[in-house]
Amino acid sequence: MIPALAVEGVYKFFGDFPALRNVSFQVEPGSVVALLGRNGAGKTTLLRIMAGLSQPSQGSVKVHGAEAREATTRRRIGVLGHSISVYDELSAHENLTMFGSLYGIPDAPKTADAMLERVGLGRVRDGLAREFSRGMRQRLAIGRAFLHDPELLLLDEPFTSLDDKAIAVLQSMLKEMRDRGRTVVMSTHQLREAMELSTHVTFIQRGQVAYDGERQDEMLKDTGWLYRTYGEQ
Amino acid sequence: MTYLHQIWTIAAKDLRSEMRTKEALNASMAFSIVILILFSFAFDQAEGLNQILGGLLWLAYSFAGALVLNRSFARELQNDCLDALISSPAPPSALFLGKAFANFALLIAVELLSLGVFAVLYDVRLSGKFGLLFLVMVLATWGMTVIGTTFSALTVNLTMRELMLPVLIYPFLIPVLMSAMILTTDLLAGVPTATNMVWLRVLVAFDIVFTAITVVFIDVVLVS
Repeated sequence: MIPALAVEGVYKFFGDFPALRNVSFQVEPGSVVALLGRNGAGKTTLLRIMAGLSQPSQGSVKVHGAEAREATTRRRIGVLGHSISVYDELSAHENLTMFGSLYGIPDAPKTADAMLERVGLGRVRDGLAREFSRGMRQRLAIGRAFLHDPELLLLDEPFTSLDDKAIAVLQSMLKEMRDRGRTVVMSTHQLREAMELSTHVTFIQRGQVAYDGERQDEMLKDTGWLYRTYGEQ
Repeated sequence: MTYLHQIWTIAAKDLRSEMRTKEALNASMAFSIVILILFSFAFDQAEGLNQILGGLLWLAYSFAGALVLNRSFARELQNDCLDALISSPAPPSALFLGKAFANFALLIAVELLSLGVFAVLYDVRLSGKFGLLFLVMVLATWGMTVIGTTFSALTVNLTMRELMLPVLIYPFLIPVLMSAMILTTDLLAGVPTATNMVWLRVLVAFDIVFTAITVVFIDVVLVS
């Protein structure tokens, strides 16, 4: 079976500094992977390379067997980064319709409406994003990432600074993705939420993979176990 | 069809955002008019003013244009929207062309309004010349737009991008500005266009070459 994601010998240098060193792992379709590691371990750099936002210095990333930067591949990927990536000067509906059009969704305005209802922003569809509260903007960003029903979802610390409603929306949508056999890779420091959702764990230590495998019971019971067992003391 | 739709989506998004804030449009328009007014004081009743009219007009256009072009990719920094665009299936060339068309529309709007002010201040009659003058404006403005949009993408992450953009683009724009200045001066002086075909060809060639180069290599600029 072709893996949903195959990372092969990836290096990334910023000047002489190696942010990633020979990172290799595969993600099977339907897996939910928690990408863990301390600050500066290389999680965001790796996610950006997987999303096609950055080129590896060496190595390759394949998504369902195809290069990450191919247009057909990007259509299958959803990305939710640190920032919300929506336009303040556009309304919620205009934002989602615009991204829907870029992803080639046939009836983008209708899909945008459905997604706005899903994330609880249906009543403010014509409000400008800049007028929204922080939580509403975060839910709009979640709607943008899920809009085109991606087969592979890449999330960079998705639970950080979300309000309660946004966390509930995100958890519900991630569970739905998992139940429908979609693949999710998320970097996070919120270990409890990550462990509850994930089927696999990849632990990055100083730009290298220190652990890659199924989530173990010890991780669920004791969220610090992974760091104590595989992390540097 | 999808490609054209993606270009239109980006252009419409940029124009809609700009029309709601009018940040670049107001600044560029005001700057252009102020320059034209200052030039009119500086060169009031100067001998041979007719010989430099094209130069004055295009200097104002190019200075004011830098303000619009600076905002092009800087607009994407807010909320890291550029990442969402690059990770979308839209080809980088479609992103570039969409932004370039939006910038082009904004620049042409600023230029047309400034042209009216220019005609009044310098007592220039545009009747019978406007068609050809507009052709020169379209060709030269597209050249400015292509170079400006490309360097706007290149400098978007620099802290001093407002300073860096003009420094980088003006050397590249010398052929465009020179051609436009000569053509405009001669058009306003009533010199037959047939004698200036070489400058029109320079504009057309510049537009084709730099548009093609940018469309091919913009991926390298956007994805590091």
